[in-house]
Amino acid sequence: MKEIRIHGRGGQGSLVLAQFMAIAALEDGKYGQAFPFLGGGGERRGKPILAFCRLSDQPIRLRSRVSEPDYVIVQDPTILNELDVAEGLKSTGTILVNTEKDVVKLGLKGSFRVFSISADDLARKILGRPIMNTALLGAFAALTKELSLDATLRAVKSKFSGELGEKNVRTVQESYKQLTGELS
Amino acid sequence: MRKVLTGNVAVAYGAMLSDVQVVAAYPITPQTTIIEELATMQADGLVDMDYIRVESEHSAMAACIGASMGGARAFTATCGQGLFLMHEMLHYATGARTPVVLANVNRAAAAPWTIWSDQTDSVSQRETGWIQLYCEGNQEVLDTTIMAFKIAESLRLPAMVVLDAFFLSHTSEPIDIPDREQVRDFLPPFDPGDLWLDPNNPRTFGGITMNDAYMEFRWQIQRDMEKAKAVITEVHEEFARVFGRKYHQVEAYQAEDADVVIVVSGTVASTSRDAIDLLREKGQQVGMVKLKTLRPFPREEIIETLKGKKKVAIIDRNFSPGATGIWAQEIRNALYELPEGDRPLIYGYIAGLGGRDISVKVIESIYQKTLKDNRPDDVDMWIGVNYV
Repeated sequence: MKEIRIHGRGGQGSLVLAQFMAIAALEDGKYGQAFPFLGGGGERRGKPILAFCRLSDQPIRLRSRVSEPDYVIVQDPTILNELDVAEGLKSTGTILVNTEKDVVKLGLKGSFRVFSISADDLARKILGRPIMNTALLGAFAALTKELSLDATLRAVKSKFSGELGEKNVRTVQESYKQLTGELS
Repeated sequence: MRKVLTGNVAVAYGAMLSDVQVVAAYPITPQTTIIEELATMQADGLVDMDYIRVESEHSAMAACIGASMGGARAFTATCGQGLFLMHEMLHYATGARTPVVLANVNRAAAAPWTIWSDQTDSVSQRETGWIQLYCEGNQEVLDTTIMAFKIAESLRLPAMVVLDAFFLSHTSEPIDIPDREQVRDFLPPFDPGDLWLDPNNPRTFGGITMNDAYMEFRWQIQRDMEKAKAVITEVHEEFARVFGRKYHQVEAYQAEDADVVIVVSGTVASTSRDAIDLLREKGQQVGMVKLKTLRPFPREEIIETLKGKKKVAIIDRNFSPGATGIWAQEIRNALYELPEGDRPLIYGYIAGLGGRDISVKVIESIYQKTLKDNRPDDVDMWIGVNYV
């Protein structure tokens, strides 16, 4: 089983991203579980919030918070100034940050790997708005291989139809390509 | 068909597949998405029902009672403060013998204000005469919603489906959605028999009763609650035959040869399965018992399952101030009649109030403490509290 923690701000759709991953897992014939921060306050816009996702080949029975994630996704780089996104991250873990900055300038130090994608820019370019979750979904799939590209595309299509669906599919394909390029 | 759904949407699917006819509800976090989803399903033509918007949860239950007395299959959903406000009408639903089904998303009580989970809201309704069915996963939530209508209608008693806030209500996971026609065969339309408000045959129900008759009404409720144990088992078995998933009022997991048995309900049961497997790998003789029904309390099954065990650790995600956790009370009560040699030591633990995490580590620490202590320190032991 792999565990993912998503750091975002209220309104950025952290849970939506986790749900996309859970749907993609089902499309891959696996199991996914997506859930929001369990133990915080209300759902205020702009406040740092958390969402979690578990991916497994077996049905998932754990129903507690993710405290030692394999992967961390940061939707908003300004959160890096407010809290330690690497807390509890496995030493072999990976952090994916949505930023246009070079990863070495993010100040994240540890044995984990750090990758970035300018998901906002990609979303602006294709969707016309900085709604970056589908860009992060594609990047995550490319980076981790926990989800197939095909499954993420089907997950996106299950939520968005028509032109919006097509644009989001392109966003996933583009971010997948970018990160695959970065890995090679 | 398999879909990724939250617990709340699973409830809505359960009600929709049950061809619910009247929904009266008032929004409250973390329940709101149940009734939102049902409103969407109605707008999409997936369910032919009347949706009554009301000004409070008290009115929601009153409207459901009226609808049920009119012969309709009625449903509502609420949580926490909403359930507390409904309390008066919960008693009324039982007395009027209306098989209303209510989904309660377990939310802790204010003050201080909170939207997170514990069972205080539902256990506080223990004496209202509602059947209470607790769930550990979203599949169980959907399946239990369908079964709740069948159980309630065959007994003419109301039933509550109980799911943990956020740990289920807002958690998405893959669920098998039962075939609609199969559900219709399993759950035929509600037949109120002769006991309903027929406009063509006007009668009145629930009028003033003198002390020569009231007690008999209450006795009938008790008789049917006792009968409910067999009815629930039958419905569980029929559901398993049709849909292939088996549920139990009392489910033992790795408990047969266990020295220590952890007794849990709700999502803690799910996490405990992982904890038990982990401890078993380390050679520990530990098992788990999951309780699905608080009312009727499955007294005989509990006695049978826990008889002769050395130690029983009960995790209560609820508390009765001045007494103990509710599941612990019930189990102590049931086991008292066992002869001393067969009666386990009871370790009562309070954990996870207000949505505090009950992780595998927490469950493991409860097991270790139970194993180590020759006797419980106290009638209740609070886990993870920063005493101030």
